[in-house]
Order: sequence, then structure tokens, then C-alpha cells
Amino acid sequence: MGRSATTKDAQALFHSLRTAYAATPNNLKIIDLYIVFAVVTAVIQVVYMAIVGSFPFNSFLSGVLSCVGTAVLAVSLRIQVNKENKEFKDLPPERAFADFVLCNLVLHLVIMNFLG
Amino acid sequence: MVSTKMDKSPADLLASPGLASLLKSLKLKTKQQELLIRVSILCLVYVLAFITRLFSVLRYESMIHEFDPYFNYRVTQYLTQKGFYEFWNWFDSESWYPLGRIIGGTLYPGLMVTAALIYWILRFLRFAVHIREVCVLTAPFFASNTTLVAYFFGKELWDSGAGLVAAALIAICPGYISRSVAGSYDNEGVAIFALLLTFYLFVKAVNTGSLAWALASAFGYFYMVSAWGGYVFIINLIPLYVLVLLITGRYSMRLYVAYNSMYVLGMLLAMQIRFVGFQHVQSGEHMAAMGVFFLMQVFYFLDWVKYLLNDPKKFHTFLRITVTSAVGLGVIALGVGTASGYISPWTGRFYSLLDPTYAKDHIPIIASVSEHQPTAWSSFMFDFHILLLLFPAGLYFCFKRLSDATIFIVMYGLTSMYFAGVMVRLILVATPAVCLISAIAVSATIKNLTQLVRAKGKPNPVGPGKGTSGTKASSKGSPDQSMPFQRNGAIALLLGVFYLLTRYAVHCTWVTSEAYSSPSIVLAARGAHGNRVIFDDYREAYFWLRQNTPPDAKVMSWWDYGYQITAMGNRTVIVDNNTWNNTHIATVGRAMSSYEDEAYEIMRSLDVDYVLVVFGGVTGYSSDDINKFLWMVRIGGGVFPVIKEPDYLVNGEYRVDKGAAPKMLNCLMYKLSYYRFGELTTEYGKPPGYDRARGVEIGNKDIKLEHLEEAFTTSNWIIRIYKVKPPNNRW
Repeated sequence: MGRSATTKDAQALFHSLRTAYAATPNNLKIIDLYIVFAVVTAVIQVVYMAIVGSFPFNSFLSGVLSCVGTAVLAVSLRIQVNKENKEFKDLPPERAFADFVLCNLVLHLVIMNFLG
Repeated sequence: MVSTKMDKSPADLLASPGLASLLKSLKLKTKQQELLIRVSILCLVYVLAFITRLFSVLRYESMIHEFDPYFNYRVTQYLTQKGFYEFWNWFDSESWYPLGRIIGGTLYPGLMVTAALIYWILRFLRFAVHIREVCVLTAPFFASNTTLVAYFFGKELWDSGAGLVAAALIAICPGYISRSVAGSYDNEGVAIFALLLTFYLFVKAVNTGSLAWALASAFGYFYMVSAWGGYVFIINLIPLYVLVLLITGRYSMRLYVAYNSMYVLGMLLAMQIRFVGFQHVQSGEHMAAMGVFFLMQVFYFLDWVKYLLNDPKKFHTFLRITVTSAVGLGVIALGVGTASGYISPWTGRFYSLLDPTYAKDHIPIIASVSEHQPTAWSSFMFDFHILLLLFPAGLYFCFKRLSDATIFIVMYGLTSMYFAGVMVRLILVATPAVCLISAIAVSATIKNLTQLVRAKGKPNPVGPGKGTSGTKASSKGSPDQSMPFQRNGAIALLLGVFYLLTRYAVHCTWVTSEAYSSPSIVLAARGAHGNRVIFDDYREAYFWLRQNTPPDAKVMSWWDYGYQITAMGNRTVIVDNNTWNNTHIATVGRAMSSYEDEAYEIMRSLDVDYVLVVFGGVTGYSSDDINKFLWMVRIGGGVFPVIKEPDYLVNGEYRVDKGAAPKMLNCLMYKLSYYRFGELTTEYGKPPGYDRARGVEIGNKDIKLEHLEEAFTTSNWIIRIYKVKPPNNRW
């Protein structure tokens, strides 16, 4: 009886999450898709490392950290661009995007140096 | 943020009638007057920070001090001569014979690269400077830059008045000067600048929530990692600060943006330094940052889901399912990592900060360094003076106006004061925090007092919306007779504050001049008639080595002098200050503490040609090898149990006179220090062989050396060099 209650709760949960998420604007959904892509790539790399071994550890780290880094920066961009965040209402979205591009540039330059 | 009227009050007090009319005659508006005063104060503080560190250059000459800076100097010379690629891949066979040392991968390159950059820029502008001058003056230059960063940090924390006071305090604070005088070419000179810069940029990033400032703080962190091993303090303090903010409920979106960008970018940049390597993901000291990183993801994800759902009941179910699984996963991962040894535990150096008794029992090399001893109250007073009293006052003001920035500085101040209490050399890390917090106290107090002084007696009390300190004056404004006493009291207190600050400045200058400006390699003393006598024995010995020994000669000495011998004498050494190989050092310690025959075997196995010993018996110099001898015994005995410390002591007492232990009287160190000393009369009225450093007449005056011969003794007998004789021809 507890189990069916839990599953019913979970289903209600999913349903309400889905309806709430459908209400978000399209530009934020694109950023979310990019974040999911980055995280999935990181997971694939970790699984590959678990199968093959971690020998050039710096290459593994740079691959995983570049995924994690882009995910984190994309989340920061989403926070800054989201119109519902009161703290960032003075920030023009172009400035947020320019910061995002600059940080990504630095991130990938360091990754390329670290790949070895 | 703060109205111009409040900003003006400290500046206004400085503007005497003459200055005011001068400024008015230049037809400047109030805001421009204030800007002019601020800029001129900052310029004066900048110059002050530089020139107060030049005592030793003026008294002696422009040379590198102490021991470690000689290694840095030699590395910088190599970098400027051979270029960056050669430097980054340098394997040095001139130290730690026969092992050698991978220099490119075992140092923090920030200091050398900075000095080399300054050198190349000056050369490009056609200033023909020598690299030694650049190295000597790097630390004062960066100290001046630190005052600028302190000004901006103070402005961020409180207001520009506090920033100015912070800049002035840190310019002359002895805690910082001790490691950044001209000639002290060591990592800390640059590292404190990098530390304060990183903290300032991070606080700015948290305050503004901008990715650009977070990127800048990541670069600041990269500079800090490249400069000093103390970067571990930053990578633990910032996650602790984030955790405190999360717990007290002050978290915001800006915090997420600032911390995460700084952590990921900073970690990646830091791993480019070979010496640091993969420690950010493998060492226990860096796990706090990673833990807080994952915690933040979970925290903010939950926050977002809560916002999406808008329904507490559903959110609780979600919470139950995810949090238990996430925490469980985290604990399992950490447990597996630590148990399997993949995540290395805290290294000895940093573990001894958490448990101060650890090093004494387990790692004698760390315990033997004088800078690692716990701090006495007198050291605190000596290095901080009135800042020690202003520190609690500043904490009070910070707690009164809590914001993200003041919480940070309070945490920085408290943690760094704890570590400063554990180890003397960490007073340096506490100095910027103490200066900033004291500056807040000074600035806020002076502001309140000047408001009282400037408040005119108003018949009706002004409304509470006038300003925070304005109400203090106006609330007492109605009864007219209390006004004059209050004003006089405020003026008296103000004069008291200025008197304190003046005494602080006098104390700092005196401390700098007397205690922290000695080069350690050149000793000075007062002669019999009060004239100054200079002992330049160290350099005399090293240059003798350089000019009178074959180029491939190997020199054995205690590890303190290794860097200086390689840098100035240009000869191969057996052990040096890097102390990375404890067994090698213990071998040298064993050789020094054994009888001459056993020591000769050890020296033959290491290919030693010359032995160098420091002896202070003639001059009364107390940092010589006989005083360090017990540490040699302990370190040697830690690896070779044949060396036992009680053999050298008599009733637990360390003696060199007639009552000394027989092993002590015949060991190699004793023989080399006191060879021919028994014939020398050092002091009027004392027998020959009177050791002025220990204050006793030595026990064994008739010393004969069988396998070594004396090669050189400096003019004041401070350094003695012996040549190892080749073995006798066999029959």
C-alpha cells in the first residue's frame, strides 16, 4: 500500500514538473538542452574511462572538466539571462552572453594546453 | 552607495584652511577635491611601502638575503639566460649529488617568471639593469601593489575611507615587511599580493554576480598557485565561506555564478603547474572545494525544482527521494576514495597546522625549522602593535553591518589568526586580514567622531532618515549644554586616535630598521669602541670555493647552506634547503655525528671532496653548526638507529666543555669546528679555546685529523672548509 502511494506520488510529481517546465521560455530551454548534452558527454567519458583505464590522466581530466566547465558556465548564463531573477534585472543579456563566450574561450584554451 | 557627504569627512579633517583655499583657488568641485586627496594619499602610500623596505640596501648593498632566495635567484638567472623552455624542463645535477633534482617540475614558477618578465620589459625599454637588481627590488614593488589592492578591497568591504586606512596600515605593517624587504627574494613577496588580489576579485564577483569578475578571480588564483604552496589556504577558505553562506541562508544566484566559475576555471588553470599536478582531484587538502562544488549543484538544483513545483507537499516527496540518494552516493564515493588510498590524506606540512604536536613526534625536519614553531604573544605584539587591539573592534563593526563581503573578511581574519598562532611564519598570511579589519575599526571610529565634531547644535533633533551616524549626534542634539562637552570629548578622542596611529608608524619603522633588515649573510656587530664591524665571511668562503676548487668538486655541508653554495660558489652540493629527500639528509647527519673513520667511509661513498662547517666560537655567532648539531643527530638517528641522541648528552644536557660526552668530543662535527681552536685566545682574560658562542672552554683541544685537511678558514673563523684526502696507497 505504501508502494503504490509512492508511485502515485512520483507520477504526480513528474506530471507537475513537466507542466511547470513547459512554461519556461524557449531561449532557456535551448540552454537547458545544451547543459544536458554536456553532462551526458561527461558521463560517456567517465564510463569509457572505467572500461579502458585512466592512463593519460590529464587527457581524461581535461575531457571531463571541459564538459563540466561548459555545463557550469551555461547554467551561469541561464541564471543571468532568466527574466525572473531579480538580482540580474539590470544586466543586459548581451553582456551576459559576452562574458559566457569569454569564459568558454579561456576554458577551451586551457583544455587544449592540458590535453597533452 | 554612501553619500558624498559621508565620504568627505576624513578628507575634510585633513583639509586645513590653507589647503581648502588652495583647492578652492583651483576651482575644483567638492567631488574633484576628494578625488585629488584620495589619489595623492594613495600615491604617497605607494611610495612609502617601497622605501620603507630599503633599509638593508642603504646600509649594506643591493644583495640577496638569507638562504631560499639564493635558489630563486639562481633559477631566475637560468631562466633569463636560457629561456622559458629550458627552464621548464630543467634537470639540475649540481644539487643532491648523486641524485640530482628535477627543478622544472618541483618549484613554483610564479616568482621567477614575474621577475624575468619585469627584467625583459625593462630591457625592452632599453634600461640596462642587472637581473640581481630586479630580483632584489621585486618584493618591495609587489608590496606597493598590495597596498593598492588593499585600498580597493577596503572600498569593497566598507567605503573608500576604510580603503585608504587599510592601504596605509598594510604599507608599513611589520608582519608583512618581515618577508618582503628588498633582497628577500622569496615566494611570499609575490604570494601575498596574489592572495589579496584573489580574495578581492572573488568578493567582487560575489557582490556583482558577474562572470567576468569570476574569471578574473580564477586568474588571480592561478597566479597564487604558481607563486606559493600556501594556495591551499585559499582553496579551503573559499569553500568554507560558501558553506557558511549556504548555512546562514544568505545564498543567492550571484554566489552560484561566482563560486562555480572560479572553481572550475581556477582548478583547470592550477593543474597546468607541474608541481601541483593532479592534486586538485586527488589530494585530501583539496577535497573540501570539490565537496562544496557538488553540494552547490545539489542545493541549487533543489532550489530550482522547488521554485518550479510551487507546491510544498510534492517538493517534500522529491526531496526525500533525491537527497537520500545523492548524500548516500557522495559518502560512498568519499569513503571508497579515502580507504583505497586514491585520495591521499593531508600531507605532513599542512597536517601539522591542524595538529601542532604531530611534527615534533613524527617529522623532525619540519619541527626543526625555526619558522614553524608556535607563536609567542611577544611576536604578535611585535608584528602587529595596535592592530592587535583594533582587530576585535573591527570585528564588532563587521558584525554590526553584516553583508557577504564582511562575512568573508571576518572568516579570513579568524582562520588566519588561528593559523598564525600555530606557526610563526603564518603571521604573514594573517597580516592583510588584520590590517583590513583594523582599518574598518579606525575608519568607522574616526567617521563617528568627526560627525560629532562637525555637528552644529540644532534646536530640533533631525529626523532619523538623515544618516546612520547623523542620528547619533542629533539624538543628543536637543539639550544644548551637553553639546560642548560632547564636542570636546570627541576632539580629545580624535587626538587619542591620531596619537595611537603615530606611535604605530614609529614602532613599525623601528622594527623594520632593527629586526627585519638584516641580510643574514652579512653580519654586523659593534666593536670595542662602538664602531660597526661587518663580518662578510659567508661570501668570502663561497668565493674561495668558486675560485680555488676544481669545477666538479662536491661539497658536503648541512642542508641550510646548500642553496648559497650552489648559487655563489657554483659547486655541486650533497643536500640543500629543498629537503625533499630525508634519507639523504640523514646520511649527511650521520656522517657529521660519527667518528672520523666512519664518516670518511660515508664521504667516500658520496664522492665528497670538501666539507663546509659554520662555526661561531670566535665571533659569538649563535646560529652555527654546533648549535644545530642536535638536529643533525635527531634527523640522522631517525633513519639510522646506530646514531643515538643520548650518546651526545650528559645527564640530558648538551655540553662541549671537559664534561661533555666522549662521543661528542670526538665526532666529526666537533673536530671540524674546533680544529686548531685550542690555540686561539678569543677573549681577554679567558683561557685559549674559549668558545664565545657557548660561553665555555672547549673540552678537546688537541684535535688531529686523519682523513681531512684544513683547506680554508675565513678571517673571523665563521666558515671552515676542509678537503677530503684520497685514501692512502696500499702496501
